[in-house]
This record gives sequence, structure tokens and C-alpha cells, in this order.
Amino acid sequence: MALVGPSGAGKTTVLRALAGLRRARGRISVDGHDWLDSARGLDLPAEERSVGLVFQEYALFPHLTVRKNVEFGRKGGAALLERFGLATLADAKPRELSGGERQRVALARALAPDPAVLLLDEPLSALDAHTRGEVRTELQQLLRAADRPTLVVTHDFEDAATLATQVGVLVQGRLRQLGTPAELVASPADPFVASLTGANVLRGRARRAQDLTELELPTGELIRSTDPAEGDAVAIVYPWEVTLSPTPPDDSAQNHITGVVASLVPVGNRVRVRVGPVTAEITADSSERLGLMVGERAVASFKATGTRLLPQP
Amino acid sequence: MRHLFAAAAVVAAAITVSFLVLPVVAIFVHVPPGKLIDALGSSAARDALVVSIKTSLIAHLAVLLVGTPAAYAIGRNRFRGRALVLSLIELPLVVPPVVAGIALLVTFGRFGLLGGTLDAFGLSVSFTQAAVVIAIAFVESPFYIRGAIASFEGIDDTLLEAARTLGARPFRVFARVAVPLAAGGLGAASALALARGLGEFGATLLFAGSLQGVTQTLPLAIYAQFEVSFDTALAIGALFVVFGVTVLLALKLIPGWTRSISLWTFRSASSPSTSS
Repeated sequence: MALVGPSGAGKTTVLRALAGLRRARGRISVDGHDWLDSARGLDLPAEERSVGLVFQEYALFPHLTVRKNVEFGRKGGAALLERFGLATLADAKPRELSGGERQRVALARALAPDPAVLLLDEPLSALDAHTRGEVRTELQQLLRAADRPTLVVTHDFEDAATLATQVGVLVQGRLRQLGTPAELVASPADPFVASLTGANVLRGRARRAQDLTELELPTGELIRSTDPAEGDAVAIVYPWEVTLSPTPPDDSAQNHITGVVASLVPVGNRVRVRVGPVTAEITADSSERLGLMVGERAVASFKATGTRLLPQP
Repeated sequence: MRHLFAAAAVVAAAITVSFLVLPVVAIFVHVPPGKLIDALGSSAARDALVVSIKTSLIAHLAVLLVGTPAAYAIGRNRFRGRALVLSLIELPLVVPPVVAGIALLVTFGRFGLLGGTLDAFGLSVSFTQAAVVIAIAFVESPFYIRGAIASFEGIDDTLLEAARTLGARPFRVFARVAVPLAAGGLGAASALALARGLGEFGATLLFAGSLQGVTQTLPLAIYAQFEVSFDTALAIGALFVVFGVTVLLALKLIPGWTRSISLWTFRSASSPSTSS
């Protein structure tokens, strides 16, 4: 499971409370063992909780070798070093390692005592952008192999979706929504969850128009949706559901927003294009074919059936 | 005008350095080196050396043994009155050693604060070697504890937390993680404290007296020999200079020690826990 949210949402606080590094009230029970039960005055110290915590900056002991780090919690980590591809680095000190290697050491060290729960605090934030994708895939495999209840905390929805089967959105200490990544994308509970999952969020006033709902943007443009709504509302459209063209196309799409191309950001084989208030994600191929350039006009189109409406909180 | 000031500053620097170094050099040029070594062979010098080494080592060991966990407790915790505790620890630094001697006398002496209690156990410390040890420990401990607190404060919180989540109990966190990580600063603080303890004079003289072979340490021997055998006094002085230079070189040359010196100002109290 992953917890996603903006900084200051209380994600790390949740991890620290689970690990016993921070005072908390309530009840924590793992595998039938109570760790915390305020009602009974029970609060196990961190060293008595069966928890493996991977810290944000990994917190490897700088004075100990990789082997000694991994064996700190429990002796006999040879198999673990082998499994994490660290056997050749066993006698190196943490400062000699790359970011990805450090993360593997931190994970191996946390798993060595065979904890009941594995906690990871922003496991990818200490890495460079170009190693991040690779390490993320590697981490996904290692977590799957570790096969135990795992809680990952991150501010990045993509990281959460890759590493976890269940994602909880935490904002200002409250759980806004909990579901699979697909569920969060398909039906976000509120505009914040929608923007976190990468959607375009357009604010306006909604009113009924025959069978559909029309949302009037502050710019005067109208967006149509098959969802019902009344009054202040937001339209939610995912970038991969937006098409671009030089002139308004004659097709089934109901919504067309004309604007100036503000930015073109290549992401792998795709390009994220900002047109007026909307971000579209199209293939690099299409972008080239259309000859899109910053500063020129383009039309962003999307279907009324692919446009979700939510009341504005 | 600017040139004039620059020149004046250079002259001031030259005067400062000469003023500080010249007397030290004078010790070695006043009497030929061979004669200095001979003078160290005198019974007064030899007795003082034995007393000094013995009392300094015992006092230093006690300071390390008690001071290290004490510094860890103070350095790693935020509590009410912490600033006051830090100031109290530094008190012996600003009180003249002679005053410290009187203070120890009225604390541990026969008619002192704890004297009656000690007497009941048949113990009388003043004017014994135990008094020398107490006097040395009293004046040197702030030097060690100050540096040790700063070194423990400098340790990254998450490293100690990581040790705890790996099941390490408090003593193991202290011994396996905190002390090794603070080792550089602890070593430097220990060297400075030892040097200060060896040179202790005022508190020892008042609290322990100056009995050759019993309580007469090297600094006291210098004072005692001053009118008897000036060469012996000078030779012991030379010994101190050599030792002092050794400590300074160690502070400059041992990498872990050098790094820690810059830490030796108490950091303002910051919360030991982070949250984001």
C-alpha cells in the first residue's frame, strides 16, 4: 500500500508513529500483536516493534561497511547480500555507493530481521531524475519478492501507482480516498485527488443543458459533460484523453478549447503539450506531424463522455 | 592611509606571535638541552612525574567513563532547564582554579559539606592523592563534556532512529552508533581535557597540598623547585611545552579531531524529531 499526499500532509508522521519513533494515540495491532493501545496505556518502543523502516535519505551507518549495515539488525546476512546484488560491495562503505545501491542496502538492512511490516519513506526522492525510473522498477521487483505488508510514503502518484496495489491519498492529516490506482484515476473523490493523479482540473459554473451538463469557464468557454452537476463545479479530463489539431475538427468530440501552445515537454515517446488551460499528452509522432510550436494556436478537443464533473468543495 | 593601516596590522600580528612564542622558546635556550634532561632525573622531578601520570590518568578515566554517557544524555535530549545545565557545566571554566580548590575543600574537606559523611566511612580525602584526582577531574571535565555534548548533538537523528528500528536497545545505540560517530570529537575533547588536567595547579595546591611523592604534581613541583633548583623547574616546564605541542599537532593532524573543533560551539536547541 502507498500513501500519497503533498508535503505537510502527515505522511511521514504516520510512518514514524507506526515505527514507534513518534508519540501517537490510538491503536496499532500487527499480526495479533498490539504495539500501541492508548486505552490500555500500551506503547512499545521502536526497538520492540517488528518493523523495517527505509529512511528517506536511507540513514546508512557511515562508519560501517555494507555487510555490517545489513547485519546490524540480525547476524548472517550473506544470503540477503546475494539476493540484493550487494555481495561484491559487502566491504564498501556507504559513501562509496551510488544512490540505487544505497537504497538496496537500506532495504536489505530493513528486511534482515524479518520484520512484520516494511515501511518506506519517500524511497525515490533522494535519487537523480535519470536513475529514478530504473530504480523504481528495481524497487518494485524487490518489494514484490519481499512479500510482506508494505507501506510506501510518497508525494508522487506515479511512484505510488508503480509500487503499490492500494493507494491512499492523505491531505492535511486526513485520508481523502483509498483505492487501487485505476480506481483513483477512474473516479477521483475530489478535485485534489484528480489533480494528484495527473488530471486537468477546470473550474467553472455548471448548469443543465438538455441531456448534458454545461460548465462555463471564467474565460466564457463552455465544456460539456455527461455527468450531472449544478452550481460551482470542476471538470476533470486526463491528458491522454485530449486530442490536438490546428483547427476545430469535425468529429464526435463535444469540447474544443482554442489556445496558444505554452509548452512542449517530451516525456519518453510522448509529448506533454500545454494549450491554454489544458494539458494534452500525445505521441511524439503526432506532435511532429502537426508541427506544433510554442506560441502558435492549437485546438484541444475532448469528449463529453470522458469529462468527469465534481462539485467544487 | 590604507597602506599605513595594512602595515600596522602586519606589525601587530608580528608582535602578537613573538609575544606568545618568545617565552616558550626562552625555556629551551636558557639552559642547554643536555642539562634539561639531567635535571629531569632529580628525585623531585621523577616523583612529580609519577604522581602526575597516575593522578591524571585516573582522573581522566573517570571523566571519560562518567562524562561520555552524561554528554550523550544532555546532547541528545531536549528538556526544561537544559540551557541552565549547559551553563553549570561550564562554571569551572570561568571560576579561577584557586577558588575551585577552596570550593572542593569546603565540599569534601573534614569540615566540609560532605566531609562528615565521608568521615563516617573512615574516609578523609583532603591532602591525599584522591584529592589530587578530584581536583584534576573537577577542572578538566568541562573541557571534555563541552566537546562531547557538541559531538553528540552533531549526529544525524535518523541514524540513531535507524538503529532503534533495527531492534537496538538504548545501550547498543549508544555504544555501536553514537560513540563511533562522535569518536572524532570525543578524541579531540579528550586530548584537550587531558592537557588541562596535567597542568592543573591552583585547585590541587589548596585542596591536596604539595607533598613530594604524594600530592606534588608536575606543576606543583615547578613551583616548589623554583627556589631550590631553577634548572629542574625549567626542565619540567620544557616537558609541558613538548606535551602541549604534541596535543596541538594531534588536533591539527588527526582528521576526525580537526573536523570536530568547528562543532565546538553549542548549537541552539532544535527539535530532535523531524516531520514532513
